Amino acid sequence: MILDISRFVETERAHWTALEKSLEWLERNPDARLTIAEVEGLHTLYQRASADLARVPDGELRKYLEWLVSRAYAEIHEARERKRFRPWRWVTEEYPRVFRAHLRAFQLAAVLTIGGVAFGALALRIDPEAKSVIMPFEGLQESPAERVAKERADQGRHMTGKKNRFSAELMTHNTQVALTTLALGMTFGFGTIVMLFYNGVILGAVAFDYIHGGQTVFLMGWLLPHGVIEIPAILVGGQAGLVIAYALIGWGSRISRAERLRTVSGDVATLAGGAAAMLVWAGIVESFLSQYHEPVISYGTKIAFGVVEAALLTFYLAFAGRRT
Amino acid sequence: MTQTLTIRTPEGIEFALPLAGPVSRMLALVVDLAVVMTIGKAVQQILAPLGFLGKDFSEAIKILAYFAISLVYMALAEWLWRGQTVGKRLLRLRVVDAGGLRLEPSQVIVRNLMRFIDALPALYLVGGIACLVNRHRQRLGDLAAGTVVTRAPRLSRPDLDRILGGKFNSLAETRHLAARLRQKVSPELGAIALEALLRRGEIEPQARLALFGEMAEHFRSVVVYPVEVVEQLSDEQYVRDVVEVLYGGARSQ
Repeated sequence: MILDISRFVETERAHWTALEKSLEWLERNPDARLTIAEVEGLHTLYQRASADLARVPDGELRKYLEWLVSRAYAEIHEARERKRFRPWRWVTEEYPRVFRAHLRAFQLAAVLTIGGVAFGALALRIDPEAKSVIMPFEGLQESPAERVAKERADQGRHMTGKKNRFSAELMTHNTQVALTTLALGMTFGFGTIVMLFYNGVILGAVAFDYIHGGQTVFLMGWLLPHGVIEIPAILVGGQAGLVIAYALIGWGSRISRAERLRTVSGDVATLAGGAAAMLVWAGIVESFLSQYHEPVISYGTKIAFGVVEAALLTFYLAFAGRRT
Repeated sequence: MTQTLTIRTPEGIEFALPLAGPVSRMLALVVDLAVVMTIGKAVQQILAPLGFLGKDFSEAIKILAYFAISLVYMALAEWLWRGQTVGKRLLRLRVVDAGGLRLEPSQVIVRNLMRFIDALPALYLVGGIACLVNRHRQRLGDLAAGTVVTRAPRLSRPDLDRILGGKFNSLAETRHLAARLRQKVSPELGAIALEALLRRGEIEPQARLALFGEMAEHFRSVVVYPVEVVEQLSDEQYVRDVVEVLYGGARSQ
């Protein structure tokens, strides 16, 4: 049957306009709660537009009705609870709770990094000449003893006038590393595993170089204040990447891949936010504390600072937000 | 060919969302990058008075501000403008949930976090290739977040007065043949003819002649009108009169 479009549009236009207005209002007020009568009214308009859509042939009018019905469908059939973001609650409850919910992924990330540490240390022990390949950073090419002597003589003057900028650069760089490690979870975890292992290799090689060179205390004083936050933050990025990879692979799961990914997306966003927040703190500490050595700040003070931070972080991630 | 995402509602109604292609998405991205740079410059100007706190401090703030803007702008805009950024608005694109449901904040965050991999190794090559090979034109960020990017339709109902122009319609005057025309022409064919009239300005002259010639020939064969009724009617006018008979029911009576 050919539809008399003019008459059809004239009859139905008022209902479409009413639905459009309701949807615009809902889209402007996403947290609004409708009364039962309002919900019923919206549902009736939606059903009417749906019925109209079923009647019209392809063309401009159909596109308009598809657009209208798709918007109404999103509002009416959405069953996920919309939570208001509460920063304090996010910090004190949600982030640590999500972290614990995916503890195995964090443990796997830690094991991969530790594996990289062992590999880096072993590689440098077997072939000390490989230092320039494993640690291609200018500041790490000199011998640990030379570096320590230089730092003692310099007394932190090399940081004068550039602490803030250095801190900002560290924050942005480390956040990029953590978020890239996270995003590489979409390679079925392969890229995340490589990133975690590679970070471990560099860390292991640096640690071995300084310990082997008799500079263990300097190393701890240098790395602990920021490293106890920075390294777990990268691991949290890796944890989120592995959560994505697990959802992609879906071992033993009967739900679709899209549904699995949808289920973990909230947790991935939370872990990303947590890692970024930790890296902001680590960047401040690295610039304003880690780069100063004896005699400006005693190694004991720096190591103690790092140990206290590690204890607080462990306590926070293990216990914050637990419900009795 | 336009790719669509078809969603079937529990009420048994199907609707199709036209999906955006990689080129329009890339253009939107270019606009958004320009917006990020502009905001970055504006923030630098706003923060310029902080120079009295020292060059080091003001440079740090600039680095952090630019990083935060580039990281947050897309996600914030997509959340506040229901799946749109400045670039997407200009190109009439919108991010929507792949299941047709409401876009959640976590979906917006995840699809933007995945830019770190979609942008690899340069110029969004990974994302672009993923977009080309995926049947729903999703980049990795869309796959991870369960989203698609759609093209917003131009919202207008067919303006019959504009295309028909209220001219004398000899086909409509012959009422018994007009009734047979309405009976014999399928809704699909009628819709195609209507669409062709609506878009006639977009068609090359030669192609337009050929298209309306073919359509008129078909309509002439479906219902044969007396010669005196249809003489001096051009092919396009013939199709126009047929469409008026089909769609302009009450008016043509």
